[in-house]
Amino acid sequence: MSEHHHGDGHGHHHDNHFTDMEARVKALETVLTEKGLIDPEAIDAIVETYETKVGPRNGARVVAKAWSDPEFADWLKRDATAAIASLGFAGRQGEHMRAVFNTPDTHNLVVCTLCSCYPWAVLGLPPVWYKAPPYRSRAVIDPRGVLAEFGLELSAEKKIRVWDSTAELRYLVVPERPEGTEGFSEDALAELVTRDSMIGTGLALSPEAAR
Amino acid sequence: MNGPHDLGGQHGLGPIAPEKDEPYFHAEWEKRALGITLSCGAFGAWTLDESRHARESLPPPIYLSASYYEIWVRALETLLKRHGFITQAELDTGHMLEKGREPKRVLKAEMVAGVLATGGPCDRPVDRPPRFAVGQTVRTKNFNPKTHTRLPRYARAKVGVVEAVQGSFVFPDDNAHGKGENPQWLYTVVFDAGEIWGEGADPTLTVSIDAWESYLERV
Repeated sequence: MSEHHHGDGHGHHHDNHFTDMEARVKALETVLTEKGLIDPEAIDAIVETYETKVGPRNGARVVAKAWSDPEFADWLKRDATAAIASLGFAGRQGEHMRAVFNTPDTHNLVVCTLCSCYPWAVLGLPPVWYKAPPYRSRAVIDPRGVLAEFGLELSAEKKIRVWDSTAELRYLVVPERPEGTEGFSEDALAELVTRDSMIGTGLALSPEAAR
Repeated sequence: MNGPHDLGGQHGLGPIAPEKDEPYFHAEWEKRALGITLSCGAFGAWTLDESRHARESLPPPIYLSASYYEIWVRALETLLKRHGFITQAELDTGHMLEKGREPKRVLKAEMVAGVLATGGPCDRPVDRPPRFAVGQTVRTKNFNPKTHTRLPRYARAKVGVVEAVQGSFVFPDDNAHGKGENPQWLYTVVFDAGEIWGEGADPTLTVSIDAWESYLERV
C-alpha cells in the first residue's frame, strides 16, 4: 500500500480500492475492539494458523499416504473424514470430507458455483481465482476451457466429472500417482502433490518436473 | 434467491487468471477481514447459512466486482447491524458510540486452536428413512424462491441419477432465515452435461450437485 488518502478523503482519491477497504476494515476492527466483541490477538492467531499450519501440505500428505497404502486409500474412499482425521487434519471446513479419485478414464474437478466452499482442513485458504466469478461460472459448463487456462490439456476421450460443492461436503481430488515413482517414500511423493492437483485444475508433478 | 452469486454457466466473466505462487493474502486488511469474520461467527448469533445469504444479497454490481474478502466484510457489517452488535453510525465514525448487544461468546486468542479444530459439523439425525436410493433417477424441482437456497439455477428441473446418499444435514433454505435446522437427507445427484446445457454440451462431461431431499422429485 503505497498510496494514501489526503485532504478530506472524500471524492478525489477513490481510485485505489484496496486503500478504501483498508480504511473500512480498520474502522470495523476498531469499533468491535472498543466494544470488547473481538480480541485482536485471536485474529492474529487465526491468520497465523492459515499462514503456517493449515495449508495444502496437509492434503499432499493425505494423497501421498493414499498412493502408498492401499488400506488407507480404501478407508479414504469409504470415510474420508475419519481417514483424514487419522493424520491429524480436521476442523473448520473439513467437517464432512469426501475424496474423489482420478482414474485413467476420469478426471475430477471441484468448484463451488454458489460461494467459495473449499476443504480448508486439507488445502488451507482458497486461492483468489477459486472464489472469483470466472472460475465459478465456467467450471461447470466448459471445464476443458478452464483447464486449458491452467495449462492442462486432457485427451478428448477422458471423461470429466465436475463436483459442485452445493452443501457442506468438502471434496478433495486424489490425483493419479505419477509414473516413475515406484519406491518413493511418502515424503518424496508428497512433494509431487500440488494444491491445484487436489482441486483438479492440475495433475501431480512428475519426478522430473518436481526437480 | 436468483442472486449474483449463482454463477454456474454464465458467460463473459473474463479469464480465470491463476496466479503463480499466489500469496495467502494480498493486503494486510485481508488478514484482518478473515480473522474478524471468523471471530464474529464465533458469537453464535447467526448461522453459516445466514451469513451466506447476507453475502449473496449484496447488490449484483458490488458482488461481481468485489474480491471475496470484500464480500465477507460487507456482509459481516450487515449481520452485525441486523443482530444489534453495532450501528451504522459507529461504522461511519470508526468508534464505539453506544453499548450494543452482548454475544454469547467472544473468541479469545487461547480459544482459537480449539474452535478451528472443532469446526461446525452440520450433520443431524432424522427419524425417517431416505426417500431416494442410489441409482434412482430423479428430477430436481423448478422453483425460484426469493430466499436462500442451495439448488443452483442451472440444475433446476433437470433429470439426474442419485449417486450417493450422503447422510442427513441441516437444511440451509430454512436455517438461513431463522426457521430452524430442519435436517433432511442429502444426496449427490449427477447429471449428463447434455441434460443441463443441451445442444453443444461436452459429451464427456458429467456434473454433480449435493441436493437436499426436498429439492428432488420422483420421475
